[in-house]
Amino acid sequence: MILRLENVSKSFGALKVADSVTFTVPRGEALGIIGPNGAGKSTLFNLITGNLLANEGRIEFLGRDVTRTPAMERVRTGVGRSFQIPQPFEGLTVFENLLTAAAFGRGGREAEMVEDCAHILEQTELLGKANVVAGSLSLLDRKRLELARALATGPELLLLDEIAGGLTEGECKALVATIRAIHAKGTTIIWIEHVLHALTSVVERLLVLDFGRVIGIGAPDEIMASKEVREIYLGLEV
Amino acid sequence: MYRLTTRTRAGTATEIAVLVVILAGLALPAVTTRGVIQDLFFILTMLTLAQIWNLLAGYGGLVSVGQQAFVGLGAYALFAGVILLDWDPVPAILLAGLAALVLAIPTAFFAFRLQGAYFAIGTWVIAEVTRLLVAQRKALGGGTGISLPREATSNIMGTDAIRALFGVREAAARDILAYWLALVLAVAVTGGIYWLLRSRLGLALAAVRDNVDAAQSVGVDVARLKWAVFLIAAAATGLTGALIFLQTARISPDAAFAVTDWTAYVIFIVVIGGIGTIEGPILGVLVFFALRSALADYGSWYLMTLGLIAIVVMLFAPKGLWGLISARSGLHLFPVRRRLAGLKIEGGI
Repeated sequence: MILRLENVSKSFGALKVADSVTFTVPRGEALGIIGPNGAGKSTLFNLITGNLLANEGRIEFLGRDVTRTPAMERVRTGVGRSFQIPQPFEGLTVFENLLTAAAFGRGGREAEMVEDCAHILEQTELLGKANVVAGSLSLLDRKRLELARALATGPELLLLDEIAGGLTEGECKALVATIRAIHAKGTTIIWIEHVLHALTSVVERLLVLDFGRVIGIGAPDEIMASKEVREIYLGLEV
Repeated sequence: MYRLTTRTRAGTATEIAVLVVILAGLALPAVTTRGVIQDLFFILTMLTLAQIWNLLAGYGGLVSVGQQAFVGLGAYALFAGVILLDWDPVPAILLAGLAALVLAIPTAFFAFRLQGAYFAIGTWVIAEVTRLLVAQRKALGGGTGISLPREATSNIMGTDAIRALFGVREAAARDILAYWLALVLAVAVTGGIYWLLRSRLGLALAAVRDNVDAAQSVGVDVARLKWAVFLIAAAATGLTGALIFLQTARISPDAAFAVTDWTAYVIFIVVIGGIGTIEGPILGVLVFFALRSALADYGSWYLMTLGLIAIVVMLFAPKGLWGLISARSGLHLFPVRRRLAGLKIEGGI
């Protein structure tokens, strides 16, 4: 098991954004997370990455309790993430964004990371823009950079937060192909996404969140056929 | 197949030019007047303060308005070393760096709990509290200030050799010594920042400046980095403060902790020159010196003109004058960019 969450809860005052969340992710799996806006999906990512600390419960990564471990240490143990709204280091170039992630996420000298960064740039179709300042990129390239930077940290578990959101159909297809290739090489992926056809073309299981609670987890077909999910998430009357 | 490069032709040319300027600067007292030496001392100390503030705000995202706390405490530490401990003023400068470093620890402890404008105001408040506390020390002149004793200034380490070398009087020898020390400090601070930005930590600083959450998510220890930058900046500011008041040989709380002189002017220099670049403060300090020389006789109009110029530059050239020049010419005298070189790489900067 690469990730295990046991009764993880988080509140902001009276608002409970994660409510006894429990699930496990086997190594090599691609798990999709869906749920309506405000269901607590990004909060769950922040709890897994350490950007937020849980009020209750336990989070294990690679068999080690990381519940109180800060974000910068979790990334060094192999948790890489992208953000829902792309957050590049705008004053740095695309290559420098990756170099920073590689140098600090994995540790090591910059010169040793160059080939790896170039390979990731090639994989994410950003090689031609390696020396372009990140602040000047288009939305698609910003999304690619989010993915590339997360990969540069050398993750065993890759968390993707609505990476296909806002892209055209063609752009989305290209990005999905890249994610599928990354997954095929053995990287475990947890992917939050509203673009369901993109998500279900990659993931093996779906987890549904509503008001911070897990209301279903299983094979995509099973989940999408569930009456509760269709009512809550898709707004369909069954 | 791929390699990382930071070197540019302009960068190599600049390194050679800087070396020549440093050597010429060291030899300058032999051929110039005391007035020029004093002007250069002013330019070098303001350049040092501007480079330090640029490191804090332009790279570390720490917009401090309380740097006068470290200038003032550093200067008072020098005076305390000389008056109370009977030290020679030159080694007492090191005491200034240490005192500023010690003050920076509680300052950071409190100020780092504040964000953005609150951080700026917090540092200013701490500077004012430090000024009020120092003004209580009767042994250092209290609120009215004190001068360095005649016996301490008449035989400062190295001045005898300078008098013999250049055939100048005692006060001029002290000015030359202070100028040389200011030159060494300005070169060390600017060179140190250049080295830092080209090191791994330079990437981390830029990442923190651009996005703290994203920096943490790639493994940057944001808290430790901010502490390190703040403490280093405080110590260097303390050393500069000591040098400034060694040259004047007189100190008072109002002069040593002046927000206008040691923070507002410094921010002006960085803003008009170009924040977030090493070249910006260098250009900014030259513009500031020219304006100060031209407008010094116009009283409060001087300050209003500076303010107006700062507003115009911020509106029409938010990256400062160097930002304008650099954008149009593509020139980077102190290149810190890592470029990926190899096949299939296009574009660039």
